Amino acid sequence: MIQVLAFYLFATLVIASAVFVIMSRNPVHSVLWLIVAFFNAAGLMVLVGAEFIAMLLVIVYVGAVAVLFLFVVMMLDIDFAELRAGFIRNFPLGIAIALVLVAELVLGIGAERAGALKLGTPDGTAAPLMDRSNIEAIGALLYSRYLFLFESAGIILLVAMIGAIVLTHRERSDTRRQNISKQVKRRPDEATINVKPEVGKGVQL
Amino acid sequence: MIGIEHYVVVSSILFVLGVLGIFLNRKNVIVILMAIELILLAVNINLVAFSAFLNDLTGQIFAMFVLTVAAGEAAIGLAILVIYFRDRGSIAVDDVNRMKG
Repeated sequence: MIQVLAFYLFATLVIASAVFVIMSRNPVHSVLWLIVAFFNAAGLMVLVGAEFIAMLLVIVYVGAVAVLFLFVVMMLDIDFAELRAGFIRNFPLGIAIALVLVAELVLGIGAERAGALKLGTPDGTAAPLMDRSNIEAIGALLYSRYLFLFESAGIILLVAMIGAIVLTHRERSDTRRQNISKQVKRRPDEATINVKPEVGKGVQL
Repeated sequence: MIGIEHYVVVSSILFVLGVLGIFLNRKNVIVILMAIELILLAVNINLVAFSAFLNDLTGQIFAMFVLTVAAGEAAIGLAILVIYFRDRGSIAVDDVNRMKG
């Protein structure tokens, strides 16, 4: 009974916050609603026993991606009222697309109910779900059968990181930077030295 | 009782909301990126729900990879947004026609 209540709570909240993400006028509010949506989606995943993915969702999305969005939204300092000018004009098109998608989904579910599709059962090569904890089973599978995919995911993240740095990096002309080769090339005889001349004698250059 | 159908319905609604968000906020690229995140979240919910339904962990593994790609995509998208804003002074994407595509 409690699972049913929790499911309906999470499902209602995830859909409501998704509506607010796309409808709110201020992008900062959109980001905050996105965080709520991801939290509730994590709740939905916990309900079916996928704790690890749920925690990953909270850590990666709420901790990194949403904060990145918030950072960019606040850094850009844009007049958002002007950006919303085409909202009413685009509304009928958006509604039409949404209705078509919903109709297709209803059709698909109706076809499935009529007995058109039979989902296959797992072939038994995957690790069983029940005899150990979720994170242990995922680790065993991820580091053995999907090791190559796991390493490719690491490469993807590395490429994304390098790409983001390369894209946003710029040389600033108004700051003084350290020139390392100039420093290394410097010899003692061309360096500035500190002398204490006697009064009235002057300095030999 | 809660079955797989409930999860599929929730993720379908989330997916449709994401697509609707892309079409409603055609000018605001930040909200478009957030709508893409919503779509990927719907995909993840579907993968996890079917993983539990079929008693096969592969769905959860692939949800992780979708998460990885989504994080990379958000980082690159926001980096492009930052350089676009630096160049043009606005993020209105409906007048992006410099490449005449």
